[in-house]
Amino acid sequence: MASPQPRIGVVTYPGSQDDRDALWALAALDAEAVPVWHGELELPDLDAVVLPGGFSYGDHLRCGAIARFSPATAAVRAFAAGGGFVLGICNGFQILCEAGLLPGALVRNESLRFVCRDVPVTVERDDLPFTTRCTKGRRLVLPVKHGDGRYLPPPDLDPAQIVLRYVDNPNGSVDGIAGICNETGNVMGLMPHPEHAVDPLLGSDDGALLLASLVDAARDRVLAAI
Amino acid sequence: MRATVLVRPKPGILDPQGEAVGSALGHLGFEVQDARVGKVIDLEVDALDAAAAKAAVEQMCEKLLANPLIESYEIEVTA
Repeated sequence: MASPQPRIGVVTYPGSQDDRDALWALAALDAEAVPVWHGELELPDLDAVVLPGGFSYGDHLRCGAIARFSPATAAVRAFAAGGGFVLGICNGFQILCEAGLLPGALVRNESLRFVCRDVPVTVERDDLPFTTRCTKGRRLVLPVKHGDGRYLPPPDLDPAQIVLRYVDNPNGSVDGIAGICNETGNVMGLMPHPEHAVDPLLGSDDGALLLASLVDAARDRVLAAI
Repeated sequence: MRATVLVRPKPGILDPQGEAVGSALGHLGFEVQDARVGKVIDLEVDALDAAAAKAAVEQMCEKLLANPLIESYEIEVTA
């Protein structure tokens, strides 16, 4: 029997930009990529959800501050509460922080400059649904492109929640944090863009390790439900 | 009723915008020890009295206008 194709949703908010790349990358990694409009009150039947990068609601007030009140964000919150896998990339990470699904906040880069380049990051956790294809300590080269990527953790952040660290901190994030997960490990956010690094033609295919880990985990969920 | 909300980066939170403003003022010859940049939000609210307006705006700050992890806020209500 062919292994089942997991269904992974990508939420499009007004101002999302990387939703199509995320859909494309997930489909290329053998998932059924499902577009989800931000106005949806309920998610379709999904095995994982990705909140993509971009500038939802024009980044007004604070990045992600308005998107957190979208109907689909409430549905994602319920999905995560049920143990569903949720990955927020860049603006998606900012939305998850604003929504309280991840701890901390993302603020203006220390340099006040928008950074847009490939950066190396180190994998700190290889036991999460987002990282099982990596080994701890592995370096991944992923592109960043953000003006508000400086991560400020809450004072009580458990260091075990740090998933990725920058090798050369591009934005002033505390402790070089590039990606974190929630306490239960089913929600992750990161500023670099794995969906832009899934083919050597794009300069790196390291992002495919993270996304394929998510596809694996989502597939395991499908198999467990059969 | 008119309400003004002042949102400030909390003490201890690095404010590169404030630093840039402070350094630009220094270049212009002004002596500035410290500069911090926040936001002003002016609101028109329907409320019976100033206390009710302030209570409503406080809710707005908690829910949306400020991020309590990184920002503090101050509310002024004028009739």
